[in-house]
This record gives sequence, structure tokens and C-alpha cells, in this order.
Amino acid sequence: MSGLKTNNAVIRWIEYRLPIFSFLDHAVGSQYPTPRNLNYWWNYGSLAGLALVIMILTGIMLAMQYTPHVTLAFDSVERIMRDVNSGWLLRYIHMNGGSIFFVTVYIHLFRGLYYGSYKAPRELLWMIGVALLLLMMATAFMGYVLPWGQMSFWAATVITNLFSAVPLIGESIVTWLWGGFAVGNPTLNRFYALHYLLPFVIVGVVVLHIWALHRFGSNNPLGIDADGPQDKIPFHPYYTAKDAFGVGVFLLVLSAIVFFAPNSLGEADNYIPANPLSTPAHIVPEWYFLPYYAILRAIPDKLLGVIAMFGSILILFVLPWIDRSPVRSAKFRPIYKQFFWIFLADCILLGYIGAKPPEGMFLIVGRVATAYYFLHFVIIFVLSYVERPRPLPNSISEAVLKGGGATAAAKAREKA
Amino acid sequence: MKTLTAALLAGLFIAQLAAGIGPVHAAEGAGPPKHNWPFSGVFGRFDRAAMQRGLQVYREVCSACHGLKYIAFRNLEALGYGEEEIKAMAAEYTIADGPNDDGDMFERPGRPSDYFPSPFANDKAAAAANNGAAPPDLSLMAKARPGGPDQIRALMLGYEDPPAGVEAMEGLHFNIYFPGNQIAMAAPLSEGAVEYADGTEATVEQMATDVANFLMWTAEPYLEERHSMGIKVILFLLVFTGILYAAKRKVWSDLH
Amino acid sequence: MAHSASPPHSDDGETRRDFLYLAAAGFGAIGTAAVIWPLINSMNPSAEVLALSSTEVDLEPLEEGQRITVVWRGKPIFVDRRTQKTIDDARAVPLADLPDPQSDEERVKKAEWLVMIGICTHLGCIPKGQVAGDPVGEFGGWFCPCHGSHYDTAGRIRKGPAPKNLFIPPYEFATDTSIVIG
Repeated sequence: MSGLKTNNAVIRWIEYRLPIFSFLDHAVGSQYPTPRNLNYWWNYGSLAGLALVIMILTGIMLAMQYTPHVTLAFDSVERIMRDVNSGWLLRYIHMNGGSIFFVTVYIHLFRGLYYGSYKAPRELLWMIGVALLLLMMATAFMGYVLPWGQMSFWAATVITNLFSAVPLIGESIVTWLWGGFAVGNPTLNRFYALHYLLPFVIVGVVVLHIWALHRFGSNNPLGIDADGPQDKIPFHPYYTAKDAFGVGVFLLVLSAIVFFAPNSLGEADNYIPANPLSTPAHIVPEWYFLPYYAILRAIPDKLLGVIAMFGSILILFVLPWIDRSPVRSAKFRPIYKQFFWIFLADCILLGYIGAKPPEGMFLIVGRVATAYYFLHFVIIFVLSYVERPRPLPNSISEAVLKGGGATAAAKAREKA
Repeated sequence: MKTLTAALLAGLFIAQLAAGIGPVHAAEGAGPPKHNWPFSGVFGRFDRAAMQRGLQVYREVCSACHGLKYIAFRNLEALGYGEEEIKAMAAEYTIADGPNDDGDMFERPGRPSDYFPSPFANDKAAAAANNGAAPPDLSLMAKARPGGPDQIRALMLGYEDPPAGVEAMEGLHFNIYFPGNQIAMAAPLSEGAVEYADGTEATVEQMATDVANFLMWTAEPYLEERHSMGIKVILFLLVFTGILYAAKRKVWSDLH
Repeated sequence: MAHSASPPHSDDGETRRDFLYLAAAGFGAIGTAAVIWPLINSMNPSAEVLALSSTEVDLEPLEEGQRITVVWRGKPIFVDRRTQKTIDDARAVPLADLPDPQSDEERVKKAEWLVMIGICTHLGCIPKGQVAGDPVGEFGGWFCPCHGSHYDTAGRIRKGPAPKNLFIPPYEFATDTSIVIG
């Protein structure tokens, strides 16, 4: 038997034939031990999962009303906004939910960078996460094309044109992507099919992500292994309650944007129907792509620009092997901590530059920021050898329960 | 403390985006002056009288060149018109329909379910009749330009004599708020161009403001529902989140 | 951020704690329902579909004995301007003979005008009889070629597998010579 304790006959009947209740209990319930000292930066994983569910639900309802043909797409979206019951609500939630999804995932990612969650034995967990980011970016890119506004069309044109940088076969790749000689109806139709598909691929990879997570359990703010049972608490009710509170705050932020500033994160140009014969003055991607766009435009050479842009994400895959420090958490790595904040500032700066025209001062700053982005990884590689970390506490429970005592004990050990 | 800093940063980020400082385009024309619209702010609502006047401006001035394809006559109920008024207004328009049983296209008077007809058969006809620049449809104009209703109003008021040394090019007109300052549309509004049904004096500023009010509605017909639903949702969520926080503290109390 | 101190372990504390969780769960349920409703309602007919849910039919052009078909909500509507003879025939039929008993008077607002949904109540085919030369069955009305249902001059089922008479849509006379269906 599964060990699940219940008096409920129905639950026992199901559990005997399909042990789903004990499975859930071990996955997210009272039988999943979690480090006791997780802070609120650990809420963002479950929030990302919630964002995914919201996007899929609103997406399916929208898909029932949308028409993926160049002559009808823009009108079908306006019909959703004007005639479909609660259509405007579904559209605005989906549109802004995408942005919130990226905010959540970027915070989740930077949490990982700060606390060393990408280090052994969680390297594969981290890599699956980067794969999820790439899948999200592909999905979001294709989704943005669907309303067939000016920005939809021209962003699609610019980004698909990048692949022509590939030597020898570049042009063929682009023609293949387009299904024609320019972005057109075949492109729109296939983007729709793939935009519907990829979120379910993401669900599958999220399952792998959680599976990999559960192999060793969560990292924690101290970055030291949660060894004994006194270091851990059951996920339910402690983290289910904390995550539920996080969900409340998340929904408040999403609601504030959806109901009171639904177009603040978008581009006015996308309310103009696509015109292949008229290029907008400034082609700008959605905000979550701006840093990569800045990197792309910073490099004067087309192929190198593309390589740098993709490289800026792909380098994350090998981060566990770049940062070789045995200490996980930036809490105990005072120098690394400073470079973390500089790196974050650099990413935000790149985002700001990505929205500006690539000329004059903006271009210079963009180039410096791009160079620094990659320099950061060189720095932390070197740092992982030369940095002298602060002494680590003995255990989580000692650090948490005895407060200052742990540091004192550590200092005593250091002197000895 | 860190959470608070993070929340503050996030809030600042969102706020500055909402304020429109985000993806900003290089300075093209002066930014429009900000007008105090009745529909802005959390408790914003449409001004129906202004919208009705704006509709009149659209019908009597703008519709000569600009379509309003996403608005059906039945939608005008939101402006306060009754069923009979709408039927009568719709019937004033001729709508192309067909084919009939003989296979021919024909014309008939409009019905409430019909949409405002465009003045031109298609974009090419529109461009050909207007020096190569097709007048854009106005349904979404309040969302399709940075500055929204402020920009629309300002544009109507921005026709001035060009400064010394600057000349309007052939077929174009100088406007201080149009990106690039040279606009193909001649100043559409002039003092008293419309005789308002409600007796309001039709100054250019009045007409510009009214038509911008109207066009905000054509672009965002559900603005009021969105605001009122938003207030209810956020109040609910504030209470709910408060309860969840209290529950979280209760659950964790035996550990602290 | 001061909060109440350590939880009481008395029964009173238990009730307070449970109330909190109950309140949380209750709000959660309300919130979930409030969210699910717009998603489900978005599948209901949209505004432009509802706008076309009424059809006006001008009866002026019809001659006596003439039948026309119009479309209402995507369905065919049979409009028959009946002659006095067909009206009398319909009214002479004893109700006991009818598989679905309904008097002719019940099925029309004005005897001269028969307005019905032209969909066979058996399995949904469109019965023949609207066009000159169509088979009309043994009872002078309509005949469904799919499985052989016969309808009389009031559109009532007389013979064959259809269980019900042809349905009457909701309609009103807008004027003496026009009706609004729906």
C-alpha cells in the first residue's frame, strides 16, 4: 500500500488502483521535505507555473475565435475585442500575461544566479530551465505575429531575416521558414500552428524541470545542503500556504496592469494593420526581447551579431562549468555579489538601449554594455578561483534556529 | 527588506512603462499637451454628450475621407442613442449587399447590424483620391498613435504657419504635432464647421476635444467595464491576499 | 509589520485558525468561479451574432399558394401563403388522426400565413415542397426524401418516422405585410 492515511473510502478506492494521491503527497504535499529557510525569491517557480496555466487557458479560448489568415487575422482580433463576450478581457490577460510570465521567469533566473542554484548537482535542472526560456521566447515571438499588426509583420520580417546570416544555406533557411519569398500567409498560418503547439511542449519540459528538481530538492538562500530532517519542513502546509500568498500578490500585479494599463507594455504601431509596403519608423520587439536586440545591433557584422545574440543565452547553458566556485550562495561570496548586481544593471541597461535607435551615444553605450555582458562570464570564471568566500554555517537549522550563534561558532572554527 | 526593494523596483518599472517613458521613439514633432480626459484614471468614465458631439463631427467632417469600419450602428447604443434613433441613423447610409437571387450586387439602406461604410471602395482608391496617401480608418486611431487621444486633439489644433525658413512641401501642410511636421491632410476643422445638435459652440478646440473623446470610445468601447471590473477585482484580491497572508503566518507560527 | 503573537492552542485558537483557512478556501472558490465564468461565457454567441438573430421578411411579393424559403439563424424558414382550400383541408383533419396532435389554429397567427422551420423533426433533412415540381407527399404539404416523412398543409407530421410537427419559430407581424422572425 501507498502509506497514504485516510478514512475516505472513495480516496482509498482510487488510490489502490492509481496511487495519485500518494504521488501528489510526495510531490507537493506533506511528504515532500523542503529546506526550512527558503525566502520569497523561491516563490517565483510556482508563479511561473501559474503564468503558464493562465496563458494556456486564455490562449485556448482565444484560439476558438481567431482566424490565422492575412486578410482576416487583424479583424478577428478586433472582433474578439468588441463582440466576443469578455473577449477584451481574454485578450488583455493573454497579452499582458505573457509579459508577466517573462518578468516572473527572469526573476526566477536571477534568483538562480545569485544563490548558485545552477551548481552541482543541479546543472541539468538549470539547463532544462534555459531550454524552457528558449521555448518561451519562440512561443512569444510567434504569438506576437498573430494579430498581424505593423509590428507583428515587421518584427517577423526582421527576425526571420536574421537566419540569412547563416553561411551558404542562410537564404534557403529563410525561404523555408517563410514558406514563400517574404513573410506572408504561409508564415502566419504555420506560426499559429506552432504557437498552439509549443506551450504544451513547455508543459512537458516543465515536468522534466520539476522531476530534476525533486531529485535533490530545492537549493536554499545559504546554498548549503539541507542534510538532516531538522533542516527541512514538509512542503504542505508551509510552502503551499506561502505560495498561495505569492499567487495573491501576483494576481494583484497582473490585474493592475490588465485593468488599468493594458497597453502600457505594448507598441501603438501594432494597432495598425500590417502593411508590407510601409516600414514603421522604429521597429521594436516586445520589452522582454530588448536586451538581446541591443546585443544584436551592437555588433556591426550581421553574422557575428546573430551569433552574439544567441550566444548571450546559450552561454547560460554552460554556466555551471564557468563558475567553478564550490560555494553556491552569493551570501558568502562578497565579491561575486557585487558583480551579480553589476551584471543585473548591465542587463537592464541593455534592455533600455534595445528600445533606442542604434545611433550616437546609444550605440556606444550598447556596445560597451554588450562587451561587459560577455566579460561578466570571464570575470566570474576567474573569480571562482581567486575569491575567498566567507565561512559557511554548519547547517541550515543551526543558522536558522540559533540566529547569531551560527556565525559565532563559525568564527571560532575559523580562528582554530 | 530585499523583498521590499524588489517590489519597489518592480513597481517603479511598471509605473514608468505606464507613463510611457518605456520604448520611446526619437523626438518627432512636439509631444502632445496632456488634456484632462473624463475617461482617464481609475474611476474614469466616458462623457456621453461629448461623444455624441464627436460622432457628429465624424459624420459631418471626417467621414468624407476616413472610414470607421469596426463600429456598427448598433454599437452607438453605448453613446445613449435609442433603438429608433439608431435605426434612423443607419437607414441614412447606403450599404452594398448581395448577390441577390439574380446574382447581382445591390444597394440597400443600412440596418443597425451594419458597420459604418468606408468612403472609398478600397485602400488603393483611397490613396488615388488623396495624393497617394490613403486616409487611415479611425476606429483604432486613439490606440494606434503614441499619445492616443492627446495626439488626436493636438493634431487638430496643431495646424500653424511654418516657422521662418521652413516651407510645407508640395501637397503637404505644416503641423507642429505631426511626426516630421509635414502632413498630407489639410486642416479639417474650422470655426463653426459643425452646428452641434445640443447647441454647444463649435470652436475648433471644442470639436477637436469632442472627436477625440468619441475616437477613444471607438478604440476602447469596453473602457468603463474594464475600469469597474478592475476596481472590484483588485478589492477582492486585496482582501483575499490579506487572508492568505494571515493564513501563511498562522501556518508558519509554530516554526518561528 | 506587527502581527498577533504565538497562536493559542486552546479550542478557541483552533476555531480561529480553521476560520482563517475556511475563509481562504472560500475566497479561492469564489475567485475561481469568477474567473472561469468569462472563459465559458466567451463561447456563447457574440454580439455580432446576436445582432443578426432577428430576420425581417416582407410578405408583399408572395402570391396566394406561393411558398418561399428564407434564412433565420442559419436555418431555412418555410413561408407559405395558403389558399382558402388548403386552410380548410388543414382544419378538417380530426386531431385523433395526428401522431403529434395540434390544431391548425395553434400553428398560425393569421390563417393565410404558415411560417415554419424547414427542418424535418426526424433527423434534420430539409423537406421537399417549396419549389414547384417538388414532391409534396400524400397530404399536400411537404415530403422529406431522406426517410419518407409526410407533412400536411399545416406542416404536421402524418406519416413516416418524424415524431413531431415542423416547428414554428417565434415571430411577430410587424405590419400586415411583413413579419419579424426571432
